[in-house]
Amino acid sequence: MNIHEYQGKSILKSYGVAIQEGIVAETAEAAVDAAKELQKQTGTGWWVVKAQIHAGGRGKGGGVKLAKSLDEVKDIASKIIGMQLITPQTGKEGKKVNKVLIAQDVYYPGETKTAEFYMSVLLNRNTGRNIIMYSTEGGMDIEEVAAKTPHLIFKEEVDPAVGLQGFQTRRIAFNLGLSGSAFKEMTKFVANLFRAYDGIDASMFEINPVLKTSDNKIIAVDAKVNLDENALYRHPKYAEMRDITEEDPTEVEAGEHNLNYVKLDGNVGCMVNGAGLAMATMDIIKLAGGFPANFLDVGGTANAARVEQAFRIILKDPNVKAILVNIFGGIVRCDRVAQGIVDAYKNIGEIPVPIIVRLQGTNAVEARKIIDESGLKVFPATLLKEAADLVNQVLSN
Amino acid sequence: MSVLVNKDSRVLVQGFTGSEGSFHASQMIEYGTNVVGGVTPGKGGSEHLELPVFNTVEEGVKATKANVSIIFVPPAFAADAIMEAAEAGIALVVCITEGIPTKDMIAVKEYLKDKPTRLVGPNCPGVITPGEAKVGIMPGFIHTPGTIGIVSRSGTLTYEAVDQITKAGLGQTTCIGIGGDPIIGTTTKDAVMLLMADPATEGIIMIGEIGGSMEADAAYWIKEHGTKPVVGFIAGQTAPPGRRMGHAGAIVGGAADTAAAKMEIMKECGIHVVESPANIGAKMAEVLGKAK
Repeated sequence: MNIHEYQGKSILKSYGVAIQEGIVAETAEAAVDAAKELQKQTGTGWWVVKAQIHAGGRGKGGGVKLAKSLDEVKDIASKIIGMQLITPQTGKEGKKVNKVLIAQDVYYPGETKTAEFYMSVLLNRNTGRNIIMYSTEGGMDIEEVAAKTPHLIFKEEVDPAVGLQGFQTRRIAFNLGLSGSAFKEMTKFVANLFRAYDGIDASMFEINPVLKTSDNKIIAVDAKVNLDENALYRHPKYAEMRDITEEDPTEVEAGEHNLNYVKLDGNVGCMVNGAGLAMATMDIIKLAGGFPANFLDVGGTANAARVEQAFRIILKDPNVKAILVNIFGGIVRCDRVAQGIVDAYKNIGEIPVPIIVRLQGTNAVEARKIIDESGLKVFPATLLKEAADLVNQVLSN
Repeated sequence: MSVLVNKDSRVLVQGFTGSEGSFHASQMIEYGTNVVGGVTPGKGGSEHLELPVFNTVEEGVKATKANVSIIFVPPAFAADAIMEAAEAGIALVVCITEGIPTKDMIAVKEYLKDKPTRLVGPNCPGVITPGEAKVGIMPGFIHTPGTIGIVSRSGTLTYEAVDQITKAGLGQTTCIGIGGDPIIGTTTKDAVMLLMADPATEGIIMIGEIGGSMEADAAYWIKEHGTKPVVGFIAGQTAPPGRRMGHAGAIVGGAADTAAAKMEIMKECGIHVVESPANIGAKMAEVLGKAK
């Protein structure tokens, strides 16, 4: 589960990780109040107005701006709040900004030069252990660093038996070229950061940049925090941080019906049981000359009500020109799914697009009979190959 | 011959008396699997499905000489159940449970490191040796004894491959559903190695997904050590980068773990890669010179 920067930072702070302080605001007026309050708390004379959306690259889209006066705070906040922010990660339609974080200016001049680093914590799937990945090249796209200067990316693996050790935090600080009080601050920063990651059941942290300030403090200027959804039951207060306005409304609705749905931009809708078969069905659609309009896994207990709900969700997408139902019955009985399709036709009324139904496995023969006798304009298939051919045929008509 | 499970496997069901455990245990018994009992803490001493129920895996092993366990306990308790089975000396633990927190699985992997126990799963359909033992939730009737070993990260997509192999007249030695989570006990490569060493297996089907490097690891091993034809498929050629597609493990993270990159590596390593999942069975028959 994704959360906002301001929420991620509040969690980090609760674990003793130093952050760029800030106050969240939903209107331009509240932004000015936040700026005044922040000035009182931190003494900052300038402010950074940061759009709060669940996507990176906000600066490139004009969602992060420096304000040098309270008037500028108001002006910038009023422009950013409500804007449709387009970044390399949002897609071309962008994301609506509902909140801004008014943050302190941390790039103030001082006795030493500031320096930006990159740091993330994530699972190394090959070893089944967490790693801290970090680089001297902060503030940049890490994929780009990995491609151009891979020797500037370092990794520190954490042994689950003993946890992150002091020699490891020191190695990180040395590799980042730090000394003196900044060195010490970095070892503390890394230790607390990992403690937070472990403590909240995070699935990923990305702090880009980690900043060494001119007075040798180490702070998180940004925070991308992902939580392990399977562990949210242990953290009800973090579960509440979910912001459904950041998610596709149809995907949210599908989730409420226990359907795993992801909207895509193709023309053939699909309804499948099982994630792997669902992806394979999407591939089949492409090979048949179409493109999948969605990923939809109806799960292991596909009954008539769920099938009907799934149809309703797929049909919300006006780009859908055909629907492929592909069910391999194991525990799921195909005759029940077939009855669900017949009922859905009755209850929804006219389904305006052709439907190809492939039911295989448990009670497939009975299912075919139900479909055939229903008199519905459904294209039945038994083999996957037949289903693919029918998709092709329907699209070329 | 077969791998992992056979008619001599003595199977203990953890989470025996729950609804999932009860349903699938009866299905397994009906298939002919030698289920010797089950474990539900607090219900020890009673009987369920005409079999003994134990409070702990240790008791169960002592009383029944069980060597395989299958886990149906809820996600919050599943990691504990895996470690309990390993501690009791179970040789093969098959964990069906979906939704175990990653942090719990990191601990499990560490715990199992120095133990002889093999874990299959979690979040998997299980293991079946057709005609001998079904230790999982797959529909038994689509399988038929034969010569093809199948390893797959997915559930229903494995059934699809099984069905095609059965219809191609080849049948299966053992089908291993390794699971779709980021941390699993038996990898694609581990499963391929087992099947490669099994004299009865003449060909191997390897079904993967986007995300991770397991298929590439298996492919490089096959290139060096493979002695039998392997047919491969990767699901998710049309999955957009960075979107979650049902399986937590199936997130396209970088260039090397996309479907296209994996298929390319597999081809380079001599695996017969099919682009369409509809051609898995036909391809295997063709490769073995047994096309109808």
